[in-house]
Amino acid sequence: MARKTPLYEAHRALGARLVDFAGWEMPVQYTSVIAEHEAVRNAAGLFDVSHMGEVEFRGAGALASANALITNDLARIADGQAVYAGLLNEAGGFVDDVVAYRFSPERILICVNASNRAKDFAWMAEHAKGVKPVDRGDDYAQLALQGPKAPAILQRLTPVRLEGIATYHFAEGTVAGVGCIVSRTGYTGEDGFEVYCPPERAVELWNALLEAGAQDGLRPAGLGARDTLRTEMKYALYGNDIDDVHTPLEAGLGWIVKWDKGDFVGRAALERQKQAGVPRKLVGFEMREPGIPRHGYPLLEGSTAAGVVTSGTMGPSVKKAIGIGYLPAALAREGAQVAVEIRGRPVKAEVVKTPFWRRS
Amino acid sequence: MADNPKDLRYTKEHEWARRTGATVVVGVTAHAQEALGDVVYVDLPKVGASLVAGSSFGTVESTKAVSELFAPLGGKVVKVNQALADEPALINQDPYGKGWICEVEPSKPSELDALMDADAYAALLASAPA
Repeated sequence: MARKTPLYEAHRALGARLVDFAGWEMPVQYTSVIAEHEAVRNAAGLFDVSHMGEVEFRGAGALASANALITNDLARIADGQAVYAGLLNEAGGFVDDVVAYRFSPERILICVNASNRAKDFAWMAEHAKGVKPVDRGDDYAQLALQGPKAPAILQRLTPVRLEGIATYHFAEGTVAGVGCIVSRTGYTGEDGFEVYCPPERAVELWNALLEAGAQDGLRPAGLGARDTLRTEMKYALYGNDIDDVHTPLEAGLGWIVKWDKGDFVGRAALERQKQAGVPRKLVGFEMREPGIPRHGYPLLEGSTAAGVVTSGTMGPSVKKAIGIGYLPAALAREGAQVAVEIRGRPVKAEVVKTPFWRRS
Repeated sequence: MADNPKDLRYTKEHEWARRTGATVVVGVTAHAQEALGDVVYVDLPKVGASLVAGSSFGTVESTKAVSELFAPLGGKVVKVNQALADEPALINQDPYGKGWICEVEPSKPSELDALMDADAYAALLASAPA
């Protein structure tokens, strides 16, 4: 039986098409993936991402305990700031990719993927030295308000001065009278916020946001648009582009690994890989012949299998068929000519610079 | 539920077939396009290709999903809807008209009569709610 977020009935009332996603019944679209995608690029979209999990470290030593589990460095950011990070296994593969919020050295909140909630919590509980994590996944609903109009819309509903919240920073305050965490983060490549609230207030907040944004063209957006938006940015999706066998160095996420911090789980394996050379890399490519690459399709060099497609779609903003995939290091360079095997047929593609989408 | 034209024949894979003199025009139903969502790519068969009834002859893709096209009847492709290469959304906008997929010269015209009529197709949709 799929779980439901507090907004389930609201989605149904809006006519959403609901699908099972990581054990949750979630809206994939309300009207059209492309229309919702374009709303986010041009105005704003509102996503229910309450299925995501939260894990908290609280008390003296919370920062040190959480920091030893992730690749990025909570010690080098300020209170009120967040980092994107890898939660790695001993082999350097991703247990998950997470966003870690530093409220204070005594309070760290880690947002994890819906598909990995139970696994991540068990992993953190087992590997945390000192302060132990608390599963707070059922204590928060989360709404993502994304798009160029997001700041103006949100500002109508909150006394928090949003101009004062830089990217990857956050503040606590009320939105439409609901106590929230307001974080300037997202997964779309647009400006915007992720707002955490108590589950029992989620419907109220959702309705207030939709109403406040109607004049700006805000519309509810589903997981379909979330996926095309993130793919155009080459943001990794756990289970598609990253998983427990690929390292951050392979995934092009070396920037979330801070070598000058202390030890963290997976560090030794990453050091070995760095020494030996990274064998394969996650690249972005564009199709040069008609066809759409999809997760699991082989990537070819000539007629030889060279790698695999991890994500692909027709990008609604870039208006091209685009893909993400792993290729051997030698082929992982801009301009490399490869092919995607689509239903037994090689279809030409070229490795390109990413993100695919840039505001012009 | 959109009305399915009475003059067409239908398959359980949600394709339609329309007899036009000696040839048969093939497309996907309103229900199929609705279930797919925004169509962003159509892998069309080639003119001259041989279709086998019930076999895959192309794909229709949305941003997220790939859906195979199954031939309603056997025959030779004599024309394909090239407009879909530039404007695949025609399938969403006009599935029974401008969104047609290909035109087939049937090898066994009687195969068409074995397909469902509009009433039978409506009953199929009613018995298997999306």
